[in-house]
Amino acid sequence: MKTAIILVIVAVGSVLFHLLSPWWWTPIASNWAYIDHTISLTFWITGAVFVAVVLFMAYCIFRFHHTPDRQAAYEPENKKLEAWLTVATAIGVAAMLAPGLFVWGQFVTVPKGATELEIVGQQWQWSYRLPGKDGKLATTYTSLISPENPLGINPSDPAGRDDLVVEGGEVHLPLGKPVKMLLRSVDVLHDFYVPEFRAKMDIIPDMVTYFWITPTRTGTFDVLCAELCGVGHHIMRGKVVIDNETDYRAWLEQQKTFAELTTPIRKAEGETAPLPAAQ
Amino acid sequence: MPVTIFFLTFLAVIAGWWLLQQRLHAKPWLEEGVIGEFDGTGAMDMPAAKIGLGLFLAVVGTLFALLISAYFMRMGYADWQNIRVPQILWLNTGALAASSIALQTAQSAVYRRHIDGVRSRLIVAGAFGVLFLAGQFWAWHELTDSGFLLASNPSNSFFYLITGLHGLHVIGGMAALGWVTDRAWRSQTAEPLRLPVEMCTLYWHFLLFVWIVLFSLLTGWADEFGAICRQLLT
Amino acid sequence: MVDATHGGMGTIPAAEVPDVELYHPHSWIEKYVFSQDAKYIAIQYSITALAIGLVALVLSWLIRLQLGFPGVFTFIDADHYYQFITMHGMIMVIYLLTALFLGGFGNYLIPLMIGARDMVFPFVNMLSYWVYLLAVLVLAASFFMPGGPTGAGWTLYPPQAILSGTPGQQWGIILMLISLIIFIIGFTMGGLNYVVTVLQARARGMTLMRMPLTVWGIFTATILALLAFPALLVANIMMLFDKLLGTSFFMPAIVELGQQMSYRGGSPILFQHLFWFFGHPEVYIVALPAFGIVSDLIATHARRNIFGYRMMVWAIVAIAALSFVVWAHHMYVSGMNPNFGFFFATTTLIIAIPTAIKVYNWILTLWRGNIHLNVPMLFALGFIVTFVNGGLSGLFLGNVVVDVPLSDTMFVVAHFHMVMGVAPIMVIFGAIYHWYPKITGRMMDEGLGKFHFWVTFLGAYLIYFPMHYLGLLGVPRRYHDLGTTDFIPPNVATLNEFITVMALIVGFAQMVFLYNLFTSVWKGKLAGGNPWRATTLEWQTPQTPPAHGNFGKDLPVVYRWAYDYSVPGAKEDFIPQNQPPSAATA
Repeated sequence: MKTAIILVIVAVGSVLFHLLSPWWWTPIASNWAYIDHTISLTFWITGAVFVAVVLFMAYCIFRFHHTPDRQAAYEPENKKLEAWLTVATAIGVAAMLAPGLFVWGQFVTVPKGATELEIVGQQWQWSYRLPGKDGKLATTYTSLISPENPLGINPSDPAGRDDLVVEGGEVHLPLGKPVKMLLRSVDVLHDFYVPEFRAKMDIIPDMVTYFWITPTRTGTFDVLCAELCGVGHHIMRGKVVIDNETDYRAWLEQQKTFAELTTPIRKAEGETAPLPAAQ
Repeated sequence: MPVTIFFLTFLAVIAGWWLLQQRLHAKPWLEEGVIGEFDGTGAMDMPAAKIGLGLFLAVVGTLFALLISAYFMRMGYADWQNIRVPQILWLNTGALAASSIALQTAQSAVYRRHIDGVRSRLIVAGAFGVLFLAGQFWAWHELTDSGFLLASNPSNSFFYLITGLHGLHVIGGMAALGWVTDRAWRSQTAEPLRLPVEMCTLYWHFLLFVWIVLFSLLTGWADEFGAICRQLLT
Repeated sequence: MVDATHGGMGTIPAAEVPDVELYHPHSWIEKYVFSQDAKYIAIQYSITALAIGLVALVLSWLIRLQLGFPGVFTFIDADHYYQFITMHGMIMVIYLLTALFLGGFGNYLIPLMIGARDMVFPFVNMLSYWVYLLAVLVLAASFFMPGGPTGAGWTLYPPQAILSGTPGQQWGIILMLISLIIFIIGFTMGGLNYVVTVLQARARGMTLMRMPLTVWGIFTATILALLAFPALLVANIMMLFDKLLGTSFFMPAIVELGQQMSYRGGSPILFQHLFWFFGHPEVYIVALPAFGIVSDLIATHARRNIFGYRMMVWAIVAIAALSFVVWAHHMYVSGMNPNFGFFFATTTLIIAIPTAIKVYNWILTLWRGNIHLNVPMLFALGFIVTFVNGGLSGLFLGNVVVDVPLSDTMFVVAHFHMVMGVAPIMVIFGAIYHWYPKITGRMMDEGLGKFHFWVTFLGAYLIYFPMHYLGLLGVPRRYHDLGTTDFIPPNVATLNEFITVMALIVGFAQMVFLYNLFTSVWKGKLAGGNPWRATTLEWQTPQTPPAHGNFGKDLPVVYRWAYDYSVPGAKEDFIPQNQPPSAATA
C-alpha cells in the first residue's frame, strides 16, 4: 500500500514539477520554434506513457500484493494484447519521428541568399570573420596561422583583403536575415552554442561544418562552448548581439579588414608570401 | 563503416540461420516433458574448443573489418597517396599460402593416422610461417630504409598498423603450432592430434584469407571498392 | 529414467563429463586465489568491480560538491574536475557495469542456470579475471602518475585527448588507453567462455526457449560485447600511435596554443565513428543483462510466469541486432554528414519499439500476480520506473532535431544516468539481494535493504529528474563552473545545491548496503537452498552455497521452462525446472 502510494506520488509529482518548476527553456531568438514545438509534442507523448506505466504499476501493487490466499493468474502470453501494444507504440514513435525528420530536413537545408559568418574556435576564445564588400570569404589554411594572421587567411586570395576579422570580441548579426554559420577550429573540437538559437554544431579542426539560423529578436546573448575542449572549456565565452539594420551597419563600419590588420607585414614580405602545398 | 556492417551482416546471417533451427517460435510452457519429444532440445555437439575458435575468428574478423573501414574512410581525404608496397610481400604471400597448404596436408595425415606425416608437415608449416614473419619484418625494414617511416604519411601508418596486427595474430598462431608440434613428437598415435591440428588449420586458413584481403587493400586493388563504400556514406 | 541418447542427443555435453575430469584445486592458493571455479571468479570479479566502483562513487561526490558549491572546495580546480568526470564515467561504464554484469553475474549464474558444472574453459576464465585486475590496476595507477589521470572526458575525443590543453596528457591518457586495451583482451577471454558455455554446456533438456531470461540477456550482451569491443580496441591502438609515434590517424593540422604541430590530415570524426560503434552497443551490453535479470526477479517475486516469454526473447535478439546500426545518434551535432541524421534517427526510434514491449511485459507480469514486496522486488520496481523515465527521455535525444538544442547539456547527463546508471544499478542491487542467499547461504538484512532501496531510489530520482530541466534551460555539461551568464537564473544554483545534497545522501545509503553485504556473511539469517521458492536450476543445487561442480553427482535434467509459477493444479506455486512431469501434480 505504502509502495503504491509512493509510486503515485512519483508519477504525479513528476507532472507537477514539469508544470510548476521555474526551470524551462530560454525565450527563443531564432527561427527554430519548430524545434520547441517538437520538444513539446515529445513531452506530451512521453509524459503520458510515463504516467500510465507508473500508475498501472501502482495499481498492480495495490491490487495484487501478496496475501496468504492469493494465487497468481497463469497466462503465458496474450498475443492480441501484445500486438495492440506494439502497434500503439509504433504509432506514438512515428508521431514523434515524422515531425522530427521534417524539421531536420529544414535544419540541414540552408536557404539561398543566406549571408555567411565564419566562426573560429580556439583554446579558449571565439573569433569571427565576415565577408567584406565582395560577399566572399577567402580561403584559409591552418598552416598559415601565426600571431599576425590568427585565422590563417590566405594572403594571396584577392577575396581576403576585405574580409572583416573580429578577434575574441562580440559579434553582431542583423535581425531577420538568414545567416549560415561556417564553423572552423584551429586546435580541438568546439561547439558554438547560443541557447536562445536552439541550433548548434560541433567544430572540427581542419574542416568546415555549418548550421543556419534567422535571428528573430534583438538582444545580447551568451556564447558558450558545448564540446569539451580542454581545461578552459567553461571559460570559453563570447557574446552575440542581434541588431536592427542601422545598428548593424554602424557596427560593421567599425570592423577592421584583413588588409588593414596585416598591411605592415604584407609590405615586409612583399607578394612572395609562400602558399601551402595543399590543405 | 559499410565494410564492418557487411561483415556483421554476414555474422548475423549465420547466427540467424542457427537460431532458426532452435525453434524460437515454440511455446515452451506447452512443452513440458522429457527431452526427445521435441526437436532442437540439445546443446551443440561440436567440441567446445572449436566453437570457441569459430567465435574468436568472428571477433578477429570484426577487428580487421573495422581497420579496413577506417582505411577506406581515411582514403577519402585529399592528401591520400597509396603506398608502393615492397615486392617481397608477394613472396610472403606465397610463404603463408604454403604454410596453410602444409597444415591442410597435416590434417589429412591425421585422418590417415599417419603420425610421421603429421610431424613432418607440421614442421614444414612452421618453417613457412617463420619465413612469412621474417619476410614481413624485411618489408618493414625496406620501407624504413627508403624513408617511409611510420608517421611519414597516413598510408604508411596504416601499412605498419595493419601488417603489425596481422603479424601479431600469426605469432599467436605460431605459439599454438609450436605446442601442437611438440605434442606430435611426444604422441605415439595421430588420434590425440586430431582436434588441435584441425584448429590450427582453420586458424591458418583464416589468417591467409585475411592477409589476401589486406594485401589487395594495401596494393590499391580494392580502391574502387573503397570508393563505393564512401559513396554509401555520402 | 531418461535416455541420454534419445532424440538426437548423441553427444554428451562437455559439462556433463564425469567428475574426475573436472578441474580440481590442489592447494589453498589454487582454491581461493588462482581459482578456476566460475563461482570464485565471479566473486573476485564482483569485489574488484565494487572496489573500483567505490572510487567512482567518491569521484561523483567531488564532482557534485564542485557543481553544488562552486568555489567553496578550492582543491577541486578545473584540472581536477575534468579528471574526476572522466575517471568517474569510464570506471562506471566499463570497469564497474560491464565487468560486474558479465564477469560477475555472468560467471556465477550462467553455469548454474543452464545446469553446467563450470564454464567450458576454466583456465581461460581464470586468466580473464587476472587480466581484468591488471587493467583496473593500470587505470588506478594513472591517479599517481605525474600530471594525474586523463581529463579528456570518458569519450576521449581527439585531438583534445592527447594535447596539452587537457589534464593528464603526459601519462593519464596513455595509461587509460593501455588499460582499456588490456580490459578488452581480458574480456574477450571471458566472453568467449560465456558464449560457448551457453551454446555447448546446457544440461539435458535445456533448450534455448527453456532458458531463463537472465541467461538470454547475458548471453546476447556478451555476443554484442565481443563484436563491439574491437572497435574500441582499434580506436585505442590508433590513438596510442598518434600520441606516442606521431602518426596522424585522428589528428588533423593543428595550431596548439600558437604552435604549429606536425600532425597532418587525420580525421577526428573517424575516431567518433569507431568510438560510438562500440559505445552504443555498450549501452545494451549493460542493459540486456539488466533486462534479463529483472525479468526473473519480477517473475519470481510476483509468483507469475514472465508475460510473453517469446516476445521477450525476440525483443532481446532484435535490440541486439539493431544496436549496431544506431551508433551515429551520438553524433548528430558532430559535424558528420547531416544526411546521416535521417537514417540514424529512424533506426534509433525503431529500437524503442522492442524496448517498449519489454516494459509492457514486465508490468503485465505484475498484473494479476501475487506480488511479494521484498527487497529484490522493490529494486525491480525501481528499475522499471527509472528505466522508463530514462528511456523516454532517450526519445528526445534520438529524434535528431530535438537533440540539437539538448545535446551537450545537463539533459544528456540526466538521461544517461537515469537509463544507464541508476536503472542497471537498481538491477545490480536487486540481483545481489536475490542471489546473496545462494552465494553465501544467508539472507541479507531485510530492514536495512528496504532503507537502502528507498533512499537510493527516491534520492536518485530526485537527483536526475530535475536535472533534465537544467538541460532544457540550456545549462551545459562538463562545466567546471557555470560562471555568469544572462540565461541561467540564480535559482539554478539552489537546484544544484539540492542535487548535491541528495547525491551525498544516496552515497551514504550505499555505505549501509556495504555494511549489510559484509556483515550478513556471518550475521544473516540462514537461508536454506531455495528461500524464494524459485524454479530455476541454481536454486536446486544439493548444497548451498553450491559446491565445486555445482550439482553433486548427477547433473539435472530439465523438463520444463523457467517460469512455471502458480500453475493451476500444481501442489505448490512453483515447479522447479528439473521436476519430472508426474511429480509436479501428484
